[in-house]
Amino acid sequence: MGLLSLAIWTPIVFGVVLLALGRDEQARAVRWVALIGALVSFLVTLPLYVQFDRTTAAMQFVENAPWIERFNVNYHLGVDGISFWFVLLTAFINVIVVIAGWEVITRRVNQYMGAFLILSGLMIGVFCALDGLLFYVFFEATLIPMYLIIGIWGGPNKIYAAFKFFLYTLMGSLLMLVALIFLYVQSGGSFDLAVWHALPLGSTAQTLLFFAFFAAFAVKVPMWPVHTWLPDVHVEAPTGGSAVLAAIMLKLGAYGFLRFSLPIAPDAAHEWAWLMIALSLIAVVYVGLVAMVQQDMKKLVAYSSVAHMGFVTLGFFIFNDLGVSGGLVQMIAHGFVSAAMFLSIGVLYDRVHSREIASYGGVVNTMPKFAAFALLFSMANCGLPGTAGFVGEWMVILGAVKFNFWIGFAAASALIFGAAYTLWMFKRVYLGPVTNKHVKSLVDINAREFTMLALLAAATLYMGVYPKPFTDVMDVSVAQLLQHVALSKLN
Amino acid sequence: MIDKLSWITVYPEIILMVMACVIAIFDLGVKTPKRGATYALTLVTLAVVAVIQGMYASSGATYYGFGNMVVSDSMGNWLKCFATVAVMVTLVYGRPYAASRDMLRGGELFTLSLFALLGMFVMISGNNFLVIYMGLELLTLSSYALVALRRDNAVATEAAMKYFVLGAMASGFLLYGMSMMYGATGSLDVNAVFQAISSGQIRHQVLVFGLVFIVSGLAFKLGVVPFHMWIPDVYQGAPTVVTLMVGGAPKLAAFAIVMRLLVEGMLPLAFDWQQMLMVLAIASLFIGNLAAIAQTNVKRMLAFSTISQMGFVLLGLMSGAVNGNVLSAANAYSSSMFYVITYVLTTLASFGVILLLSREGFESEDIADFAGLNQRSPLYAGVMAACMFSLAGIPPMVGFYAKLSVLQALIASGQVLQLGVAVFAVLMSLIGAFYYLRLVKVMYFDEPKISTAIQAPSDVRVTLCLNGALVLGLGLFPSGLMALCAKSVLQMLGT
Repeated sequence: MGLLSLAIWTPIVFGVVLLALGRDEQARAVRWVALIGALVSFLVTLPLYVQFDRTTAAMQFVENAPWIERFNVNYHLGVDGISFWFVLLTAFINVIVVIAGWEVITRRVNQYMGAFLILSGLMIGVFCALDGLLFYVFFEATLIPMYLIIGIWGGPNKIYAAFKFFLYTLMGSLLMLVALIFLYVQSGGSFDLAVWHALPLGSTAQTLLFFAFFAAFAVKVPMWPVHTWLPDVHVEAPTGGSAVLAAIMLKLGAYGFLRFSLPIAPDAAHEWAWLMIALSLIAVVYVGLVAMVQQDMKKLVAYSSVAHMGFVTLGFFIFNDLGVSGGLVQMIAHGFVSAAMFLSIGVLYDRVHSREIASYGGVVNTMPKFAAFALLFSMANCGLPGTAGFVGEWMVILGAVKFNFWIGFAAASALIFGAAYTLWMFKRVYLGPVTNKHVKSLVDINAREFTMLALLAAATLYMGVYPKPFTDVMDVSVAQLLQHVALSKLN
Repeated sequence: MIDKLSWITVYPEIILMVMACVIAIFDLGVKTPKRGATYALTLVTLAVVAVIQGMYASSGATYYGFGNMVVSDSMGNWLKCFATVAVMVTLVYGRPYAASRDMLRGGELFTLSLFALLGMFVMISGNNFLVIYMGLELLTLSSYALVALRRDNAVATEAAMKYFVLGAMASGFLLYGMSMMYGATGSLDVNAVFQAISSGQIRHQVLVFGLVFIVSGLAFKLGVVPFHMWIPDVYQGAPTVVTLMVGGAPKLAAFAIVMRLLVEGMLPLAFDWQQMLMVLAIASLFIGNLAAIAQTNVKRMLAFSTISQMGFVLLGLMSGAVNGNVLSAANAYSSSMFYVITYVLTTLASFGVILLLSREGFESEDIADFAGLNQRSPLYAGVMAACMFSLAGIPPMVGFYAKLSVLQALIASGQVLQLGVAVFAVLMSLIGAFYYLRLVKVMYFDEPKISTAIQAPSDVRVTLCLNGALVLGLGLFPSGLMALCAKSVLQMLGT
C-alpha cells in the first residue's frame, strides 16, 4: 500500500471503527481513539515530506490500479508541488479539530469524531486523485459527513444551514459531473487527468467546460456572488466544522481551478480571466466591506474568508508564477489562520454561548493567555509581515502589479479593509474595560486549548518568518503548470 | 416434438410452479400463526431457484425452447436470479410485519409471491409476444390479490381496485399494440417480428401505430409519467410488504420486457420509440421529483421517487441507437440494466427499514415517524441514510454509479439534444436530493418522539445489514456488476 493510500485510508478506517464500536457511555475512550487515529493519520503523511522530490514537476508517490474497468476508471493517486502541502495541512487540521471537540462535544461523540476522521481522509483523497471520476467521488463524498456535522451538532438554525450547504455545493458539482463525462467521451474513453490535460478542445467546448467547472469550484471557494452559503453555514456549524470548512474545504474549490479549469481549458481560462479577476476583486474589496459591519464574530470571519479566497483566485488568473504560488501560499496560510480564528471564537463561545461581538469586551483582562493568541491570529488575518497571512497576499499583490498596476493597486488597498475589520473586532472583543458579568467570570484557556492554539500559532509564525520550505515545493510544479496553460489547446 | 433443450430452459419455472402448489397445500397443515414451516420451505425453494438461475447465468449459454417461444440467455438469467433474491429478501423483511397484521393466515402471501415470481420469470424469458403477455398477466393478477390481501382494510382495498382497473387498461393497451404488430408483421415471435420490420417491406405508419400502444402499456408497467397515476396510491395503500413485492422485483421483469419487445423485437423502429421514451423520461423526472417534495408519507414519497428513478432508466434506453447506428447500444442498455438492479437493491433496503419500524397496529409511514432514528438505532439509521444518499446519487453509494453510467450513455450519443437532456436530468436530481436529504435530516437532526427500542428477528437484522452494506460496497467496487451487465447485454444483442 502506497503512502498516499495510507494517508487517505488510515483516518477513514479509524472513523469507521469509531462509528461501529463507539458508545456515548465510553466517551473518554472514544476521544482517545479518535486522537490516536488523527495522530497516526498525520504521522503517516510525514514520510511524504521527507521523500518529496522538489526538483521535478512530475507526479510523485504515484499509485495506479484499475478500479472500474468498464469506464476505464483507475484508482490513480499522486501528488505534485501544487497538491503536496494540502495533504499535510488536512491531516494536521484534523488533529487540531479532534482536540478542539474534546470536552465540547458530549452527545454522540463517536459519530462526531468518526465523521471528522472520515472527512479528513476523503479530503486528502481529493487532493491526491489523478483520475477525474475518483476526484469527483471524493469531492462529493465529503458532503455527507459535513452535512451531518452541521445538522447534528450545529446551532439553532442548523437545518437550514445544512441543506443550504449540501444543495448549493451539489448544484455546482452536478454540472461538473456532466463536464467530466463529456471529457471522458471526448478523450475517447479516459478519465485520466494527464490525458485530459493534453486533449485538444475547440473554443466552444472549452468555454462550456470552463463554466461547468466554474459552477463547481466557484461555489466551493466561494467566489462572489455565489458565496452566500458560507456565512450562513459558518454561523450554524459547530466550531470544528467551521474550522475544517474554512481551512480545507474551501481549498478543494481553489485546488480544482488549478487542476481542472486552467490546464484542461487554458484558452477559455485566458478568455474569461477578466471575469474571474473582476469577481475576485469584488470579493476582496466589497466582501471586505461587508465583513466590517458584521455583529456576529463567526459571520465576520466567514466574510473575511471569502475576501482572502478572493486573493487566491486573483492570483490564479493573472497567470504568472508569483500570482499562482502566492495563491497557493495564501491557501495554506488561510488554512492555519482561519482555523485558528474559528477555534478562538469557539473558545469564547464554549464559555459564554454567544457569538455577538457586543456581548464581549475586555476579555484580555480575564483571559490574558488566550488574548495573546487571539492577537497573533488577528494580526495574521490582517496580513502583518512576519505572520503567515502576509506572504501569500504580498506575492499575489506583486504578481498583480506585474500583470496590471491598477489591479494590483485595488488588491493592495483591500488590505486596509482586512486590517480594519479584524482589528476593530479585536478591539471590541478583547480590549477595553470588562463590561458584563459573563466576561468577568471567564476562565483562561486550559492545557488542551493552549496546545491546540499553540500548534496553530507555531505554524502561523513559522510560515510567516520562513516560507521557503512551502514555496520550494511548489516552484517547479507551478512553473510547469504556467507553461502548460500558456500553450493554446485549440485544434 | 419437444426436445431436451426446451425443458432445460424452463426447469426453474417448473420448480417454481410445482413448489407454489406444494406450498399452498403444505400450508393447510401448518397451524402456527407465524407460519414458520411455510416460510422456511418458501425460502428454501427460492434459494434453490436462485442458485440454479445463477448457474445458468454464469454458464453464459443461450438456449431457445419450445419453438422459440422462450429463451434462456445470460441477461434473462441474471435478472431472474436477482428477482428471486429480491423476492426472498422481501419475504424476510415482510414476515414479522405480515404476521402482526394477520396476513399470514392461509399462507397466501407465500403462494401468491411465488406465482408473482413465476410471472416475472415468464416475462423475462418470453420470446413471443403472447408468452410475454401471459407472464405479465400472471404477475399482475397475483399482485392485485396481494394488494388486497388485507381485505378488511379500506385503504388496501381501494389501492387494489385502482391497481386492477388501471392495470387491466394497461394490459389492454399492450395487447392491442401486440395485435397491431401481429397484423403488420404476421408473427408473434420476437425474432420474426424483428426480421419483418428490418426487411422494410411493412408500412411505417402501421408499425408506429402499434408501437404507440405497446410503449404506453410498458410505460404503465414501469410507472412513468403520464401513466404513473397508480404508483403513489398503490405504494401508499398496499400493506408495506406488498408494496415492496410490487415495487421491487417486478421492476427487473418490466425492464426485461422492455428489452425483449422494444430492443429485440423492434430495434429498427428505435428512432420512433426513443423519442417516445425521451418524452416519458423528461416528464417522469420532472413530475416525480417535484411531486415527491410535497409528500409527508414516506411510502408515497418513495413512490414518486420511483417514478423519477424509472425516468433515469428510460434515459439509458433511449440512447442506444444514434442515427440508425447501434454501436453504442450495448453501452446504453447495460447502463439501464445496472440502474434497475441497483435501484431494486436500494429499494429493498429502504423498505426493509420501513417494515422494521412498523409494529403491531402502527404503520411507520409518516416521515415524522423516522424522527431521531439515529438515536434509537444508529445502525438502521445508517442503512436508511445510505439508501437515501444512493437514491440521490451521491458517491460513494451505488446509486451514483447508476446515474453516472446512464448519463455517460446519454452524452456518448454525441447529440446536442441528449447533452441538454443530461443537464436537465442532473438538475432534476438536485431537486431529488432535497427530499432524500429531508429524510436523513429527520433521522439524524430531529429528536425522537418515541424511544422504544427497535427489535428485529435475527434473519431480518442480518439481511438488512448485508443489504445496506451492499449499497455502499457496490459503490466502492461497482466494477463487477457493471461488467456483468455489459457482458450479458452484449451477448443478448449478438444473438
